[in-house]
Amino acid sequence: MSRIHDMGGRLGTGAVDPQDGYDFAEAKDWHKRALALNVACGFLGQWNIDASRHARELLDPQDYMAFSYYEKWMGGLADLMVDRGVVTVEELASGQAAGVSPVRARAAKPETVEAVLMNGSPSAREATAPVFAVGAQVRTRKPARNVAVPGGHTRLPAYAAGAIGEVVLHHGAHVFPDSNAHFSGEAAEPLYAVRFTAQALWGAEADPLDEVVLDLWESYLEPAA
Amino acid sequence: MMDLRTQFCECFVMPHDHDHPHSHLPSDPALRVRALETLLTDKGLVDPAALDAIIDLYQNKIGPQNGAQVVAKMWCDVNFHRQMIEDPMPRLQEMGLYGRQGEHMVFVENTDEVHNMVVCTLCSCYPWPLLGIPPGWYKSDAYRARAVREPRAVLSEFGVTLPEGKKVRVWDSTAEVRYLVVPQRPAGTQGFSEDDLAALVTRDSMIGTGLAQAPSTLESGA
Repeated sequence: MSRIHDMGGRLGTGAVDPQDGYDFAEAKDWHKRALALNVACGFLGQWNIDASRHARELLDPQDYMAFSYYEKWMGGLADLMVDRGVVTVEELASGQAAGVSPVRARAAKPETVEAVLMNGSPSAREATAPVFAVGAQVRTRKPARNVAVPGGHTRLPAYAAGAIGEVVLHHGAHVFPDSNAHFSGEAAEPLYAVRFTAQALWGAEADPLDEVVLDLWESYLEPAA
Repeated sequence: MMDLRTQFCECFVMPHDHDHPHSHLPSDPALRVRALETLLTDKGLVDPAALDAIIDLYQNKIGPQNGAQVVAKMWCDVNFHRQMIEDPMPRLQEMGLYGRQGEHMVFVENTDEVHNMVVCTLCSCYPWPLLGIPPGWYKSDAYRARAVREPRAVLSEFGVTLPEGKKVRVWDSTAEVRYLVVPQRPAGTQGFSEDDLAALVTRDSMIGTGLAQAPSTLESGA
């Protein structure tokens, strides 16, 4: 069921290279422009962070694996702009603007962009009180999927589907990505940090001491006790 | 026969597989970025000077020195430590250590019993206001795949071996909460100033793939 971005636990990826760690200042110029373009286009207000994540997840798996990090961002951005009617495929293909955009007044401005970014964009909302207490045993949905939109966005990784864990933190209520990514409203829900033993997720080969904690929305969970 | 996909394209309710407008852009990534920037500039959607300002912010004003300052202060100041553990956001906002991708911080402390490590298996979530833009390895398939399944093997690739009996707790950033690891204060740093201590707090130590440096590494200039 899961898409290519759902990387947790995947086998065969090779070693991590700790030297693959350039400072952003040393990044290639086009990487910096790609990051800035993505951030700036968010100012247009035509989508939200969950939709932009989902756009990257919808990349063809072969593209996803072949693309470098910022190519994924550029691919997702271009697809999202066409989906939202901000640019057309013809404009992308020709490189020629068919006219100025009706939403151009919202474009990020050099004199205020830093202040807006430093002002944050919190996802916490007022919503119902949490159903599960800290210490409660909960079981995650299986399979990990968006129940409202087939093939839609979700933030429950496949590796943690159907597992039993313990609520360790209440984070308050947060915008629900499974809804917000599809422009179906923020639908905020209580969000929990849930701790799983590594063996509950990976079996006996995992170290019996180790744990993995995930942030999970209430509707991903059911009581396990 | 009617193409159902054109109906899906009226809105973004359904995911549309097999429909990838980005493939119309130039194949060279640098050219692709330039083509998109030019098009969006011509449409009035992007001001290149705003892109310069965004790059300046994340290149010159924000980075792991911010997180290191917080960790060093937590080591020195009991009240500040308590604030960071109990309700960090008001104080971080006061200090100007707030913004996109850092609205909901949680500090997780390493102890003699537990070593914490942070990953985002689904994308690349990372506390930008405190650590800047994530390093390449943090966004790599290998780190995202393996940090949750075999964290000790990943740690060994970073040269970190934990003492026998220490638990590894991995935090997978699946929501907008951002985790920062507070490494253990190195031995032999009694009386150090916050600035001296901050110099020992590496980026990797705040992700959990490293430890804070021993003071001797500073003296030797390493």
